[in-house]
Amino acid sequence: MKTAVKVRGLRKEYPGHLAVEGLDLDIEQGEVFALLGPNGAGKTTTVEILEGHRRRTSGEVDVLGEDPGKASRAWRAKLGIVLQTANDAAELTVAETVRHFARYYPDPRDVDEVIEKVGLTEKAGARVKSLSGGQRRRVDVALGIIGRPELVFLDEPTTGFDPAARRQFWGLIQSLAHEGTTILLTTHYLDEAEALADRVAVIARGRIVAEGTPQTLGGRATAEATVRWADELGEHQERTHFPAKLIRELSADGREPSELTVHRPTLEETYLDLIGEAR
Amino acid sequence: MTTLTQGKLPGTLSLGLIRGAAELRQFFRIREQVVFTFAFPSLLMVLLGSMLNSSMPGTAITTGQVLAAGMIGSGIVSTSFNSIGIGLASDREAGALKRLRGTPMPAASYFIGKIILVGVSSVAQVVLMSIVGSLLFDLSLPTDPMKLLTALWVFLLAITCCTLLGIALGSVTKSVSGTVAVANLLYIALQFISGVFVTPITNLPRVMVDIASFFPVKWICQGFRSVFLPAEASAQEMAGTWELPMVALVLGAWCVAGLLLAKLTFRWSNESK
Repeated sequence: MKTAVKVRGLRKEYPGHLAVEGLDLDIEQGEVFALLGPNGAGKTTTVEILEGHRRRTSGEVDVLGEDPGKASRAWRAKLGIVLQTANDAAELTVAETVRHFARYYPDPRDVDEVIEKVGLTEKAGARVKSLSGGQRRRVDVALGIIGRPELVFLDEPTTGFDPAARRQFWGLIQSLAHEGTTILLTTHYLDEAEALADRVAVIARGRIVAEGTPQTLGGRATAEATVRWADELGEHQERTHFPAKLIRELSADGREPSELTVHRPTLEETYLDLIGEAR
Repeated sequence: MTTLTQGKLPGTLSLGLIRGAAELRQFFRIREQVVFTFAFPSLLMVLLGSMLNSSMPGTAITTGQVLAAGMIGSGIVSTSFNSIGIGLASDREAGALKRLRGTPMPAASYFIGKIILVGVSSVAQVVLMSIVGSLLFDLSLPTDPMKLLTALWVFLLAITCCTLLGIALGSVTKSVSGTVAVANLLYIALQFISGVFVTPITNLPRVMVDIASFFPVKWICQGFRSVFLPAEASAQEMAGTWELPMVALVLGAWCVAGLLLAKLTFRWSNESK
């Protein structure tokens, strides 16, 4: 597999504060990669450096074979950027806006197809300003993918969505991933990362503190499980690497311990541990 | 990864034309903005002209005509300087500029689009105000080819320098509301000290006009008076002539200065780099 994004020792200093301090990152082509982290951890700064929106202080950055700091138009044509906040073009209709952006690219997708993909076919003739927040966000996504990008950046794409809209949106991202588009996603929502990402990295204080699949992040898969049960002596709790073995012992003589549960750390708990350590 | 995307990137000029069409479409869809841009200068012309309309000593020219001719000049300052300054600031505040920056559209195409918007709305402003002026104040529309030529170059220099200065203004201000305030303050103050409202300009204190002479508005309006008024009206100018070479010189200098300022100050987003 080819590498879509390769970052080595990335640093970004703002006057009086260090936003990113020595970050390494590899994203393979076709991968859905989620960058998790609290506000102010350096997520957006990192992503904007990769997008060519910000300059870095030092470090090596390679995105689709070019340095984003001196990127060409042809390079931009291969990217799709879905911004965190954009309220522009409000007077144009959805179809006009998407058609307009299609003209910027050498090999755009079909306009109607993209509008359908983001679920706005019924709203195609409506002015962008008349749309709800979630619908506007879908316009943002439509503009991000209209150029048939190889790599899509999604910066907190579902902030402010209701649960149904989020599910729909996940479906859209999954279908893009299915077509082979590389996706870099930042998010606050761990269930979102778990549902969408092949790999996740947790960023805290400008560094990557853990990286892996959502199932193995931070040693989650092999972490101690907590087994809880109750018997005539009261409630018990034991932390063990071998919960199945413990349960077998508990039920060895045909006893049935009541209120038996096995709990492994959720992605959220793992994440909170990770960013807690880094604080 | 050295393979280029299939197909050719669209040209800068053709993208500029596409941008221009989108800019015009958006502009004309905001009704309040259209009404304000076009009705306000004409309304001001009608109101001031009906209060201040007396004939100038020893001529058949009325102060209303002098006012109307000058106001056509300041009308295009509004469709270029104010409109672009505010438009640029709001494009940046809304995130439109940042979004465009992330596409393969070149910056030059964005500016070509803005220039098309300025060109079309400024021509519309001149036509509208000329009609109002000729209906209400008997302003005679120029037919002499020399005067038409003067109208053309004054118009082009005026909208060029005002657009560039508008880009600089919209780039240095932090917010849309700030840009609106500064643009209108400058616009009203310069119109006043440039003898647009007080006609003829010789009624103003000398020092006020001396200050105004450093800025484009005075020269744009003087240029338009030379186009719409008969030759004898030039006696009512500060210098007693139309000073057309000076008009060209000052506006030309502001075009150069405006280009430098615009290049120095332009930024794609409000965030620090």
